[in-house]
Amino acid sequence: MVNENLVDNIVSEPYKYGFVTEIESEKISKGIDEDIVRLISSKKNEPEYLLNFRLNAFKKWKELQEPDWADLGYEKIDYQDIIYYSAPKQKDKIKSLDEVDPKLLETFDKLGIPLTEQKRLTNVAVDAVFDSVSIATTFKEQLAEHGVIFCSISEAIKDHSDLIEKYLGSVIPASDNYFAALNSAVFSDGSFVYIPKNVTCPMDLSSYFRINSGDSGQFERTLIIAEEGSSVSYLEGCTAPMFDTNTLHAAVVELIALDDASIKYSTVQNWYAGNEQGVGGIFNFVTKRGKCIGKRSKISWSQVETGSAITWKYPSCILIGEESIGEFYSVALTNNLQQADTGTKMIHIGPKTKSTIVSKGISAGRSSNSYRGLVKIGSKAKGARNYSQCDSMLIGDKAAANTFPYIQSQQPNSEVEHEASTCRISEDQLFYLQSRGIEFEEAVSMMVSGFCRDVFNQLPMEFAAEADKLLSLKLEGSVG
Amino acid sequence: MESKKEINQTLLDISDLFASTENLTILKGVNIKINSGEIHAIMGRNGCGKSTLSKIIAGHPSYEITSGQIKLCGNDIDSLEPEERAQAGIFLGFQYPIEIPGVSNLEFLRVATNARRKFLKKEELDTFEFEDLVKEKLDIVKMDSAFLSRSINQGFSGGEKKRNEILQMALLEPKIAILDETDSGLDIDALRIVASGIKKIANENTGIILITHYQRLLDEIKPDFVHVMADGKIIKTGDSNLALELEKNGYEWTDEFIKKN
Repeated sequence: MVNENLVDNIVSEPYKYGFVTEIESEKISKGIDEDIVRLISSKKNEPEYLLNFRLNAFKKWKELQEPDWADLGYEKIDYQDIIYYSAPKQKDKIKSLDEVDPKLLETFDKLGIPLTEQKRLTNVAVDAVFDSVSIATTFKEQLAEHGVIFCSISEAIKDHSDLIEKYLGSVIPASDNYFAALNSAVFSDGSFVYIPKNVTCPMDLSSYFRINSGDSGQFERTLIIAEEGSSVSYLEGCTAPMFDTNTLHAAVVELIALDDASIKYSTVQNWYAGNEQGVGGIFNFVTKRGKCIGKRSKISWSQVETGSAITWKYPSCILIGEESIGEFYSVALTNNLQQADTGTKMIHIGPKTKSTIVSKGISAGRSSNSYRGLVKIGSKAKGARNYSQCDSMLIGDKAAANTFPYIQSQQPNSEVEHEASTCRISEDQLFYLQSRGIEFEEAVSMMVSGFCRDVFNQLPMEFAAEADKLLSLKLEGSVG
Repeated sequence: MESKKEINQTLLDISDLFASTENLTILKGVNIKINSGEIHAIMGRNGCGKSTLSKIIAGHPSYEITSGQIKLCGNDIDSLEPEERAQAGIFLGFQYPIEIPGVSNLEFLRVATNARRKFLKKEELDTFEFEDLVKEKLDIVKMDSAFLSRSINQGFSGGEKKRNEILQMALLEPKIAILDETDSGLDIDALRIVASGIKKIANENTGIILITHYQRLLDEIKPDFVHVMADGKIIKTGDSNLALELEKNGYEWTDEFIKKN
């Protein structure tokens, strides 16, 4: 059919964040062994407990096998061919943004994340991470007035070691899985957030991750702690240049919510996805998990995944506190030869815990897009409830969509609901919109945003607009 | 294209039109001319090519014109995309309006209206201006504004879907409106609402094609011409009395006619 081909064509859009910043960086030699782990730790002048944490993780990693249960196919990663630490060369101690290399500031400007005082976003504090290190964190002082700690995790390791020692690895232990173990051994930087008791964080916090180097992996680590009665909304964005090699990104994000605390974590992931033939792109193996320790605490994940050659990611919630709430809202768009295996785990441990899962997968080109999710109701989770909705949309006839829902319940007094649907943008729907004067591209993008509406509604305002724009961009292109 | 109104300006001129889908010839030489201010009815058995004709005029990609042409206000529209035809003033009221989940009816109507306004070199309307306009038009089809916040046609009853079509027609102010079995599936009250809506929108500058099986729509809207279609051709044209004849005698004679030719 004529239109089928058009739909196939329009999903190729040049990646606009594909530039490389020419900057001198300090890189260590390729490969990983115990010495490399020690070297990374010493470069960061870390206390001994952290070196031990890393060494222990490295030992675990060597014992673990790379998982192969996901619906993903890729060439074996050579872990000895990766550089595990790469940092732009700059002065050792940077006191203010004036001392940051202008090239770095320019890079973030170009990415739409201005860091300098005059230009920076007024309502969002940003931690900017470039390859292995955090470049700058804005609004730190203003946040400190409220007792909120927002800094790079390297800084937190030095200045807030009590919190780090208590919580780092408490949600995702180093032995959790292959990629988490690797991250725990070699993580170089990331963001740290601490919201004190009864504080509502006065502005949204965000991290922006930029991979610049082609041969080094990125292993960042984020830790967010929300004390009793506090709340925070956190946003995460990611981009990378276009290289024809694959770059490994293995991040770990841990969230902790105490009594009545609430954490909202939103991601717009736009790592370079590789070209139309599937050459290059980021391998994105990420472990994200939140622990609702406190009563009535709440953790909400929302993600818009549009980039990466491979996405392996299951932001999860462990619902321990009575009446705690876990949420997962996801849009995953794959195109060309992208592969995504993403979903969530909702582990109900406490009584009357509730979880909601809304997943929207859009597959175009020859891509493959799978939802994989686990809802587990433990024996003590009396009155627990889950609602899951997994919808897939296929564009063209060469894309694949799968849904793998796992449900395990050990508590008869609980409710689990699962709904799934698959749809295709039909000729007739497109013709209907076109016959009312709406351009073909706009018709497709209207239908895609319509399909994602339930998830977009959950995103913070600025992010929702960005996500909508990003999807239209991905779906824009060569309508002939 | 939007020249000043002339008396009896020819809006749509279809000459010797042959069209096929998947190597099956469906239209076998259709000729029809619609002037401004005229209402035409096309009647005929299921499968005679009525709906195909309407889809081809609107530019459905599944059909191919093998010979002949369609002119809108003197210009051949063969190379135009469906959206360009709509912007230029062709409107197709669907027999089965399709549901589009997640896309708000209001937003859809606004984007469509602005696409047409842009073509007419009129100022595009912002959300507030559009809401004022659409509320005014809702009256024409006696629709509640609650329809606007729902997804396009989703969960609408048959009658509601058809009224939504007429609402779109009211907003787009087409030059030529082809209404494909707009009366099917309507109860008598809904039929009257739809018919009175069409009459309110029609004026001396528009041309209307009603595709129908039944006399009851034509009791409400009296056509100037009635065409009988069979086997991909218009085999007879008359005034409104022809429809009454069909109501009385049925379509069997058309089979005879085709056999003879």
